[in-house]
Amino acid sequence: MTEGLWSLLVDSFWQILLPGLTMTLPLTAVSFTFALIIAIAVALVQFARLPVLRHLARFYIWVIRGTPLLVQLFVVFYGLPHVGVLIDAVPAAILVFSINEGAYCAETIRAALESVPPGQMEAGQCVGMSYLQVIRRIVLPQAMRTAFPTLANSLIAMVKDTSLAANITVTEMFMVTQRIVAWSYEPLALYIEVGLIYLLFCTVLTKVQHFGEKKLQTYGYQGG
Amino acid sequence: MAMLEVHSVKKSFGALEVLKGVDLRVEQGDVVAILGPSGSGKTTLLRCMNFLERADGGEMVFDGERFPLERISKKDVARLRRKTAFVFQNYNLFRNKTALQNVTEGLIVARKMPKGQALDIARRALAKVGLSDREDHYPSQLSGGQQQRVAIARAIATDPEIIYFDEPTSALDPELTGEVLAVMRELAREGMTMLVVTHEMSFARNVSNRVIFLERGAVVEEGDAKSFFQSPREERTRAFLRTLSGEEHTEKESET
Repeated sequence: MTEGLWSLLVDSFWQILLPGLTMTLPLTAVSFTFALIIAIAVALVQFARLPVLRHLARFYIWVIRGTPLLVQLFVVFYGLPHVGVLIDAVPAAILVFSINEGAYCAETIRAALESVPPGQMEAGQCVGMSYLQVIRRIVLPQAMRTAFPTLANSLIAMVKDTSLAANITVTEMFMVTQRIVAWSYEPLALYIEVGLIYLLFCTVLTKVQHFGEKKLQTYGYQGG
Repeated sequence: MAMLEVHSVKKSFGALEVLKGVDLRVEQGDVVAILGPSGSGKTTLLRCMNFLERADGGEMVFDGERFPLERISKKDVARLRRKTAFVFQNYNLFRNKTALQNVTEGLIVARKMPKGQALDIARRALAKVGLSDREDHYPSQLSGGQQQRVAIARAIATDPEIIYFDEPTSALDPELTGEVLAVMRELAREGMTMLVVTHEMSFARNVSNRVIFLERGAVVEEGDAKSFFQSPREERTRAFLRTLSGEEHTEKESET
């Protein structure tokens, strides 16, 4: 490897890592938080079989899971301005990532809710708790524990999906890398480099996931 | 006046008529055993009485108040459930709560009791079922018998007027039924009103004061426990008791 390429990689490492820390990770964290809120609501609406809302929930999941994330980003950022709805790049990215991830996580949480034995709800109601009290204190906590590994998986996938935001002018890691490639003409080395930084982020998150799963091994259950 | 009565309780699952109009009366302090072959509707009757199943017809009279079973309001269901407790066949302890939290949950959350007071009551209830040393154990760390005793502690903590027991020992290994039955005997001795669906003939014979024999969704015979076992009036009751004593014999033979 030439000395020039080496110093390019070292310099660009920090140039790429910085938007990783200030954009990619915050974008992921904020979007995933909103996604979880949406997902819990959408899952509960279906679990409780609420008349109209559960059909809306199914429609939402059907549309979002059936269309590409990139298309959703383009619709919101390039499409909506044509009908007068202008959203800045970062808020548009947060909006789309939240709604998109929310649909997938909703299915995870719904499945986890349905895996809680019905006897838990019956017992809760028999000690006098209302339906919502049992959901909040008994059923949902058990479901979230079940859903945790799958949700962590979705979070890790989302870190990488944020690279799509480069297409709607969000200055995140991948966009910065593209810019460096544009003047340095070193696409192979630089794209591998940004890939490794994503890998680094995801490795850390995987460690956090394993730590979290260990911590969650409460309720007296042994083993994984 | 009876504390609790139900009249002509009806319930079908699809085409299957499980309860064909059952009447039942419980006086305060009664320990009523509901017996019957499996599929006779015993459990369904109990579940209808605590609204875990919605009956298709019938009426309940609780403390002198009348409720139509098939269209009772949510509010009345909540009110009645606060006067009753239910012990399940498979315990149904809250899996994400410790033994102590299982008992306090209904007090703090449902009855808005101050935490300190709830803890006092819960500790006393756990002591009563002999599990003071298991307060901080999660259900998965307890044996079946211990779990069922926690469930009974959870039931008595809410100071119910009546406790419904749905085959409380059926899911237990034979060597663990004794500890649960002992707790139930103690409750009965203290005058707790209990309605018990059971296969434990010794409990029905020795602890309950009244017995109801249910078959194919209808009451075949009911009466005080002594005469039910000593001189059953109905031929079907006699046949049922014969099968059971037959089973008991074969069990004993196979054990030796």
